[in-house]
Amino acid sequence: MDATTSDRIMVTVDGRTAEVPVGATILNAARQMGVSIPTLCNYRGLSCYGACRVCLVEIERGQGRQLVASCSYPAENGLVVHTETAVVKVSRQTVLELLLAQAPDSTELAEFAAGLGVESTPFTPKAEGKCILCGLCARVCNEMMGRGAINLYGRGIAKQVKTAWSEQSDQCQACGACAFVCPTGAVDLKTITSRRLRPHNTGYDQFLTARPCIDLAHPQASPRVPYIDRETCVHFKSDECGLCSKVCGAGAIDYGQMTEAIDLQVGSVVLTPGFEAFDATRRGEFGYGFAPNVLTNVQFERMLSASGPTRGHLSRPSDGRAPKRLAFIQCVGSRDSGCDNDYCSSVCCMAATKEAILAMEHEPGLEVTVFFLDLRAFGKDFDRYYERAQKLGVRYVRSFISRTYEMPGTKNLRLVHMTPEMKPVEAEFDMIVLSLGLEPSASLHDQAERLGVVLNRWGFARTNELQPLDTSRPGVYVGGAFQEPKDIPDTVMQASAAAARAMSLLAPARGTQIRTKSYPPQRDITDEPPRIGVFVCHCGSNIASVVDVEAVVKKAGKFPNVILAEHNVYTCASNNQDLMKEKIIANKLNRVVVASCTPRTHEPIFRDTLRDAGLNPYLFEMANIRDQCSWVHSATPEQATAKATDLVRMAVGRAGLLMPLQEDTVPVNNGVLVVGGGIAGMTAALALADQGFPVHLVEKGDQLGGTIRELHHTLDHGDVQAFLSQSIDRLRASKHITVHLDSHVAKVDGNVGGFTSKVVSEEGTIEIKHGVVVVATGATELKPQSYGYGQSDRVLTQLELSDRLGKGEFDLPAKATVVMIQCVEQRSEERPFCSRVCCTTAVRNALILKERFPKARIMVLYRDMRTYGFREAAYREAREKGVLFVRYDAGQPPVLEVGGKLRLKVREPALGQDLMVEPDMVVLAAPMTPRADRKEISDLLKVPLNADGFFLEAHMKLRPVDFASEGLFICGTAHSPKFITESISQANAVAARAATILSHKQMPVSGQIAYVDPDKCVSCMTCVHLCAYMAPRIGTDNKAEVQGVVCMGCGSCASECPAKAIQLRHYVDTQILAAVNSLLFAEPVEKPVQAPYPEQVGVAPPKWHKNIN
Amino acid sequence: MATYEPLILAFCCHYCAYAAADLAGSMRLQYPNNVRVLKLPCTGKLEVNFILAAFERGVDGVFVAGCLEGGCHYMEGNLRARRRVERAKVLLSEIGLEPERLEMFNLSSAQGPRFAEIVTEMTTRLAELGPSPFRPARGAEEGVREMTKQAEAHLTDEAHGCVAA
Repeated sequence: MDATTSDRIMVTVDGRTAEVPVGATILNAARQMGVSIPTLCNYRGLSCYGACRVCLVEIERGQGRQLVASCSYPAENGLVVHTETAVVKVSRQTVLELLLAQAPDSTELAEFAAGLGVESTPFTPKAEGKCILCGLCARVCNEMMGRGAINLYGRGIAKQVKTAWSEQSDQCQACGACAFVCPTGAVDLKTITSRRLRPHNTGYDQFLTARPCIDLAHPQASPRVPYIDRETCVHFKSDECGLCSKVCGAGAIDYGQMTEAIDLQVGSVVLTPGFEAFDATRRGEFGYGFAPNVLTNVQFERMLSASGPTRGHLSRPSDGRAPKRLAFIQCVGSRDSGCDNDYCSSVCCMAATKEAILAMEHEPGLEVTVFFLDLRAFGKDFDRYYERAQKLGVRYVRSFISRTYEMPGTKNLRLVHMTPEMKPVEAEFDMIVLSLGLEPSASLHDQAERLGVVLNRWGFARTNELQPLDTSRPGVYVGGAFQEPKDIPDTVMQASAAAARAMSLLAPARGTQIRTKSYPPQRDITDEPPRIGVFVCHCGSNIASVVDVEAVVKKAGKFPNVILAEHNVYTCASNNQDLMKEKIIANKLNRVVVASCTPRTHEPIFRDTLRDAGLNPYLFEMANIRDQCSWVHSATPEQATAKATDLVRMAVGRAGLLMPLQEDTVPVNNGVLVVGGGIAGMTAALALADQGFPVHLVEKGDQLGGTIRELHHTLDHGDVQAFLSQSIDRLRASKHITVHLDSHVAKVDGNVGGFTSKVVSEEGTIEIKHGVVVVATGATELKPQSYGYGQSDRVLTQLELSDRLGKGEFDLPAKATVVMIQCVEQRSEERPFCSRVCCTTAVRNALILKERFPKARIMVLYRDMRTYGFREAAYREAREKGVLFVRYDAGQPPVLEVGGKLRLKVREPALGQDLMVEPDMVVLAAPMTPRADRKEISDLLKVPLNADGFFLEAHMKLRPVDFASEGLFICGTAHSPKFITESISQANAVAARAATILSHKQMPVSGQIAYVDPDKCVSCMTCVHLCAYMAPRIGTDNKAEVQGVVCMGCGSCASECPAKAIQLRHYVDTQILAAVNSLLFAEPVEKPVQAPYPEQVGVAPPKWHKNIN
Repeated sequence: MATYEPLILAFCCHYCAYAAADLAGSMRLQYPNNVRVLKLPCTGKLEVNFILAAFERGVDGVFVAGCLEGGCHYMEGNLRARRRVERAKVLLSEIGLEPERLEMFNLSSAQGPRFAEIVTEMTTRLAELGPSPFRPARGAEEGVREMTKQAEAHLTDEAHGCVAA
């Protein structure tokens, strides 16, 4: 059939007449009209055979009627067809009864027949069999695959489907198409093919489950279009098949798409190739690859996913049973010099902890054990999470696991681990998860060479700690795990930071290649009554195969205010969009309802069409009759049609009350206020000034630099002081930066894009106008109260030791003993957080001491060595150089006697004995605590602090440098303890995030924002207190007003307002109630009842700021 | 109860529950067709009034689905919604309607199967409770004219601050 021919004929099916192309069969014509005719042997794209006779219909012929098979009868002009007459039904029933007798074993056929009202057969069924000899399998094998591996042999009652000589066929390519098209489940591929059958397992579900050759890469794929897996597709392997192109109604299949090489002119390159998981088969001793119940953590993650292969249920691959005992083995392919991965992958400890907690939630009663070496919960709030896991019952066992043994009968796994007393114990588990290390992809080697980027010895991009974003080639920057293994927030941070580096470089070219789309002026519809156009989409057969689209259109045409109701095969297709535009103009429509897929993906497209047609984009409403109707109710078409009608009626009801909304713009001040002149503040200031934004840097002290003035060396021997003085010089030289020393910020007014602040110093108060605020107030090392600190000059903190070592004012007796105590006054009840840097600082200082005083004995007393990432190599080096690392339990901390000689006693848990040392010097790893003035800053900017006193970002994982309020940013140790290199990354990230605001001259304000009716407002401040974004404020007339730029449009204030003075535009109460009312036209719409008294429901207790502890 | 099909209205937030319902669709999960979803930007926009209006018009059940607690796109909207649902339940029981006809759920946008579960659970629950006493005969046509009138009245009323283009 050629759909493009201009010769068309008129056919009437069940009373409806439509134009169809010449040559179309009755079945084709009916499908085009959305009339469903049941059939078993017809398959789109395959030739017609007319074998099953289920598709019988009646046609009018002269004076009478005639039964014909609709799949093979060509439609002719003026043909009148009836698909549901009594004769058709009876005939179809008889046909099905005969088929049921032919294939008594087929459950598929029985279901199909039951769907058409045939439950049993009066004929004597055959003894066995599933095949109805429809020949689909043979047709697909011959016509599509060009194989002819199976065919119909014999005649009459001897007819059967089989291979040549009934032997397993060499011709068969084991593609499975025959089994796929078979309507009765009769094909057993194993009896046909001589090849080995294997499912098409794909990488996304980690080879846990088979997926079709054509599939979305993953549920969140962008663009959200399926792709063909060329590795398994028959068409790409043998040039046969091509069935999908025939089946796709939209003609979207294009086999000719090739990998294209595109030349791009760019000024900078950002590398974000990510990482690959360690190949678990390289550590075969754990059983991965042959023991089915040994999974990788990536596989386990898929298993826990609600959209994964098991839909979130834990099941053992060997037998599908839910495991009762689960073990995680950490550091598989990390911290392992045996496979050249002698670095730490940083993320696995927390990933395993998270997976353990999730697994216990999915499978109550599950026993989870984590075998680990050091528990590296070094990030913000990670230690709290680890504590929580322990409270929930996750058992953490510090033990190196060397191998697992699979039990032949049960497929359980046994392993030997050490108890805390170093006794070997055997334990058995139902399932084992390997925490795989992160590795750079092997293919990156060549790519890096082509790009001229030097890699480090593990194959990651080489950077240095003071320039963590710059590769060896200028203009090429790196983000994410390609720089060093890192978790999501660090990756997000670094990716933004790399963007900032590129933006600094390209600042002069900003905005030079922008193209703007122009729209016609919007029609004024103020005085028009609603004129609604309803467009119902078939979405090919996605909707039309279940929902009776025409019935919906017919009903929709009668809904209030509906001027026009139509249906399209694909409403979103560009030609139909043009058509919609014409219809809007021709019919003077002023509201549009589209009933199709989800507004989450398609609303912007249709809104754009409205704008093209001169309508305000907010005059649009969608009814989701695909994702939330046809796809989920495919078995009950009638009810699905009723539901779709309801959904359209609700949408029409709401659409009638939609109002045009103005999308405003406000001017943006491109200035920046940076609070804090440490390394984070300075880096952010420089990165923003490099992009040409004026910066005011306010430092309360008398000089710049903050904590890093006391630091001298990074772990990779970078000179911190030289870096600091360079930064200060650049800062002073920059024409965009104004430094305010001995100053503090006293007041910040306004909102994103338009702040006004007062900066106070001894010289007086100045007013600054700026568009964003960066908080970089830093942290400080707490002076410990324990271990005799302050009583003896031989007890110092790590920071003091670093400073003295750096300045060279440090001496020790040649054979001195230095003891470093980790986790002093941290990871405790009072301060349940880890300061992240102390383990590495101790290792670095130990290495420097060893270099200067080779004979000195250095001992590090630790709880967990948290030398994550490449810092692990330094930890290893320290051990090799003779630094002694002794673990202690939190319950039995070291005891130090000060006074005269220092005497230290520590319990070594493995030995179970106390060690006595008389150190010449004790160095304490004191916690990094937030600055004392954090509360003032928090109050000033109305930004929250977490329980430890660090500033709390908008989202712990996904928005690590933004505050919830727009235009406020956070970087450096004020956010959480971190290394210089991480502060530099985060400061650059802030520069990138801030530039997304500052680079605009005008900022758009959404139309969907809250609005206060001043006549109703009682100035109770409820809205002011509850808004997470501080959008409402009390205006000059002492009434609340909502700052449009800040409002996120959630409507929380509108619902809480006791005086009902606030409405959320586009979700006005009457609009929502109109949708509710339209669902059941029980009563006419009423005006919403005005509460006589302030409603008590859910009013937040008044307090100035909810996040102040 | 064989012929009784409950009609359920669901208030779903844009970011999580509505997305989960879409995901259930992409996964082709089959669930009872008794639910009509009404999208809100956030369940924080939900008002007790909406729930009562729905019951008053005659739906048999209402459920509210927001983000997981702690995962609200707008910080605390879903917590406010939960309080309002609790409040509405009290009101329902005061007028003699079973408070079980109303429920609040939390789910993330990745929990398509959970959405299908919720719909199944609510449908089963309401099938057991029987039709709402407020339920009228489902005749749409007589309401049409009233709706038109109201809509026209609404458009001349600029009290809710909508701006003409």
